[in-house]
Amino acid sequence: MTKVTMTVNGKTVAKEVRGNTLMTEFLRDELRLTGTHVGCDTSQCGACTIHVNGLNVKACTIFAAECDGAEVGTIEGQANADGSLNVIQQAFQDHHGLQCGFCTPGMVMAAASLLKDNPKPSEAEIRHYLEGNICRCTGYHNIVKAIMAASGQDVSVIAAE
Amino acid sequence: MYSFEIVRPTSLADAVAALGQDEAQALAGGQTLIPSLKQRLAQPSVLVSLTAIAEMQGVSAEGGVLTLGGGTTHGTVAREAAAHYPALAALASNIGDPAVRNRGTVGGSLANNDPAACYPAAALASGATIVTNSREIAMEDYFQGMFTTALEEGEIITAVRFPIPEKAAYIKFEQPASRFALVGVFVAKFADGVRVAVTGASEEGVFRWTEAEEALSGNFSATALDGLTVSADGLMSDIHGSSAYRAHLIGVLTKRAVAAAA
Ligand SMILES: Cc1cc2nc3c(=O)[nH]c(=O)nc-3n(C[C@H](O)[C@H](O)[C@H](O)COP(=O)(O)OP(=O)(O)OC[C@H]3O[C@@H](n4cnc5c(N)ncnc54)[C@H](O)[C@@H]3O)c2cc1C
Ligand code: FES
Ligand code: FES
Repeated sequence: MTKVTMTVNGKTVAKEVRGNTLMTEFLRDELRLTGTHVGCDTSQCGACTIHVNGLNVKACTIFAAECDGAEVGTIEGQANADGSLNVIQQAFQDHHGLQCGFCTPGMVMAAASLLKDNPKPSEAEIRHYLEGNICRCTGYHNIVKAIMAASGQDVSVIAAE
Repeated sequence: MYSFEIVRPTSLADAVAALGQDEAQALAGGQTLIPSLKQRLAQPSVLVSLTAIAEMQGVSAEGGVLTLGGGTTHGTVAREAAAHYPALAALASNIGDPAVRNRGTVGGSLANNDPAACYPAAALASGATIVTNSREIAMEDYFQGMFTTALEEGEIITAVRFPIPEKAAYIKFEQPASRFALVGVFVAKFADGVRVAVTGASEEGVFRWTEAEEALSGNFSATALDGLTVSADGLMSDIHGSSAYRAHLIGVLTKRAVAAAA
């Protein structure tokens, strides 16, 4: 067991972990932050996307011990301080960017990373950026539309709702 | 996964010492190693994380050579190599997806030598030098068949030096589910000749297409390749493509790479 200390959504946590504890296990089982979903566990689907030191990574493919000293962000930390949905989350709701919602935490976390680097992405840039986030329900159009809307752009060019 | 400890040394010397222990293995971005640990394909007792070693990070260009720290992520190469070696930066920016690029490293890719990986094609076409904690390895000696390299047990890739070509391009025909190369071709034109490296195709891993190199060294245009074909013997055949299809793709992608570079 090794002791790890990190901040998760702004709060400092310190825990003993095994070497082979994945971040998905640490967040879900130790911290009870179950918004980080496990779709594939093989780094394909992106449902487990979190932020580590400001970069999006797949929590199923990084060990908790590797995040010692890191700043970690998860979907639970995305809402505004008053508990209302942030602009990306609200856009997913407004534009029907989810159906079952399983992929949604990862989509929102990936979208946040995209908009941080590229505040006004084109439709093609959004689609390319989401290559590592798989959704089996929506067909993606409304996800792309939500991200366009969250970036303050016209959404009428994206396929109809 | 079997159980193991993780250590995170902050200096190369400490990492080399840690890798001297029994059943120790290097962990870089983990984008290949963690999935294989989950499948119990490896059973290390200690994983030595290389991500906290500052001397293995970074991109620098000097005297016509681009040097990447062995622990530099694909994402960093995509951003920071663009001004110096655009074809290499473009290759890095198309590996996997953004989250994979934020973790996966050039050293991990070259140490792993997956027969469908992108970096081996860039290294071979550029005539790169692999710098380790103990020596420098020339490209001619480095790749030794799929998933096999000249690296010794516990040897760490600390940096990779890429001579910067006059013109270059990498064209990847993506296997759409994995985003690895079904076939990828890297063409690099130097003052003293052209090098063409092919990944994704051969059962032996990345290789140079010497006939194309000769044709292109005299005339760097796609038409110089007219009539040249690659034999399907020794090429991979799987559900994604037959060896004959891969042989065909090599010809087509090489032409596209030359057109993109010219
Ligand atoms: C969804 C997905 C898509 C991908 N798509 C592509 C793609 O399109 N093209 C492509 O080329 N790759 C692709 N990859 C692979 C990716 O580039 C990996 O990051 C890379 O192959 C391994 O790098 P790593 O840093 O993650 O190494 P790790 O997984 O940490 O290590 C891999 C191996 O290398 C050894 N090692 C690591 N670093 C060093 C070092 N510095 N010195 C010596 N040995 C070392 C380790 O011990 C291990 O055996 C993809 C991966 C995923 C998960
Ligand atoms: S659960 Fe991590 S990528 Fe699918
Ligand atoms: S909404 Fe169901 S997987 Fe995306």
